Parts: sequence; structure tokens; C-alpha cells
Amino acid sequence: MPLTTGQAIAAIAVMSVVTFLTRALPFLLFDRGGTPPKVVLYLGRVLPPAVIAMLIIYCLRNMSFGWGSTLAAFAGWAPQVISAAVVVALHLWKHNNLLSIFGGTILYMVLVQAVF
Amino acid sequence: MYRRAFRAAFPATVPVLMGYLAIGMAFGLMLQAIGYNFIWAFFMSLTIYAGSGQYLGVELLGTAATLGSVALLTFIINFRHLVYGLSMLEKFKGMGPRKLYMIFSLTDETYALLSSARVPERVDPHAYYFAIAVLDHCYWIAGSVIGSVAGALLGFDTTGIDFAMTALFIVIAVDQWNAYRAHLPALLGFGVTVVSLLLLGADAMLIPALCAIIAILLLLRARLDVQGEAAQKEDV
Repeated sequence: MPLTTGQAIAAIAVMSVVTFLTRALPFLLFDRGGTPPKVVLYLGRVLPPAVIAMLIIYCLRNMSFGWGSTLAAFAGWAPQVISAAVVVALHLWKHNNLLSIFGGTILYMVLVQAVF
Repeated sequence: MYRRAFRAAFPATVPVLMGYLAIGMAFGLMLQAIGYNFIWAFFMSLTIYAGSGQYLGVELLGTAATLGSVALLTFIINFRHLVYGLSMLEKFKGMGPRKLYMIFSLTDETYALLSSARVPERVDPHAYYFAIAVLDHCYWIAGSVIGSVAGALLGFDTTGIDFAMTALFIVIAVDQWNAYRAHLPALLGFGVTVVSLLLLGADAMLIPALCAIIAILLLLRARLDVQGEAAQKEDV
């Protein structure tokens, strides 16, 4: 554990307070009438897809691109790329969140533990 | 009054029950894998109560992120809740003290149930909404505790379980791709973050990428705002 217990509790407390604030903000600002600034509504619309795309890259940030004649040479990126592609394919096919998430995760676990 | 409300609300929440147990279990497993047991899972799910937020939280705890970046990233990933709140202003009116809890528990799934809820006859609407919110929260806590206990007891090799977070974000991205006609924000998010990763490396990439994304989106507002107004079918 890189954090002490106190630091971990502080981090969780911050997450909890900030999460609550994002949910409460509209009620604090606009419950007594009044309309939100257009720029806030605009960001509320366009930011989520950009942020999710950013987080996907962030999740995959430790990939290393190797090439070679052994399977191990591909271990830095092939499991991620294959599993991510399978998640996309499963989700386009069945539109079932659980199937896509668990199918991809189990495949990834098999790939990193038993194949590469 | 509540007995009837909970009984009426339960069938409506069954899809969330399945989903939260599964996603919550994956969260518990990931948390256990970085060395935090079921007590941590319980309190995180009780007090934070956010799916993608808590997945990111595992990452933040695991990499010992500073409190400032914890706050900023939590804010950004939950930014979409702003939109949810706006459409619940009317629904939560007159709920008294329960309103605080309703706001706290406004997750994506609860929002989806509440916005499509048809309150059965002879059931108080406010008690019904409250029952939905409480049931969903319980499923989430239960799922995450079960996951972390299973991770500790079964002792199977959980290497790679963290890919559940990647998979969750990919699923959200695919849904958003289908729901939005304007794909520029998503492509921008990918592009800017890759550039930031290449320039700054894995440890320092995130916050500069985020600032650049917001700046570019604001610059492109004239173009995207018109497009976005009519293009968006639903929020994911």
C-alpha cells in the first residue's frame, strides 16, 4: 500500500465530497429558478465523450510496443489491443454492458496470465 | 407507506440489481487486488457511490495520487451529473430532508430509472423515488463487498482484473459514439491525450491533457454548439 491509512481515508473523503458536489451543484445554483449559463450546458454536452476517450488512453498508458519472433515480444500491447477490440465488438453486437465488460476482462486476464 | 413503496419499486430496480452486483464485484476485486479489503470497499461504496468514479478511485489510491488531482479528476469524471441534476430539479421538489439523499445517490443508473419511472397507483411518488434510490445504493454496496471478500477468500490470480475499468470506459464510449452525432469531442479526447502521453509521459499526462481538451472545446464552441444542440439523442 503506497498510502498510509490516514492518507487513503483523506483521498476517499475528497472523492466523496467532490462527487456529492457535482451532483448538488445544479440544485444549489438553479433550484430557485434561473437558467444555467449556456457555456456550462455546452460543456456538459461535449465534455463527457472527450473525458471518457481521455480515460481510455489513460488506462492504456503503460502499453509498450514491442515486436519480435516470440509471443512474449508482443506482451506489452497485444493483450490490451485484442481485449479492447473484443469489448468494442461484443458491445456493438449485443449492446449488453455486463457481457462486454466481463467478456473483455476475462479474456484479458487469460491473455496476460496464460498466453503472453 | 414505505413498505408499499419498496415493494412497488423492487421490480423496477432488478436490472440495476444485476448490473450493480456485477460492476460492484469487479470494483471490490480490483480494490482487494491493490491491498484494500472489504471494509474499504464498504465505506467507499457507502460514501462515494459512483461507478466510474470509484473505478478511477482504485487507480488513484493505487498510484498514491495527490489530493489535488484526486479532487480534479473526480470532479471531471462526474461532470455529467450536472446535467442529471438539472433534469431532476422538478422531481425532487417537496421531498424535504430526503432530497439530500436523492441528490447524493443520483448515479447514472438511478437517474435512468427515475427519469423513466411510472409510479404505480396508490403509491406515494416521493416514497417510490426514495425506495428506488435506497435499493440501488444497497445493491452497489453489496456487490462491492461481495467482490472484495471473494477476491480475498478465493485467492485466485486476479492479475489483469484492472482491465474491467478500461472495459467499462470503452463500453461508455461506444454508447456515446452511438448516441451523439458529433464525434469530434471523442476524437479530440483521444488525440489530445495521446499527444500528452507522448510528450509528458505516463505520470504527468492527465491534467495537461484535460486542460487542453477543455480549452480546445471552448475554442470550437461556435462550431460544435449548433451541431450538438440537435444531434444529441440521449445522454449516456
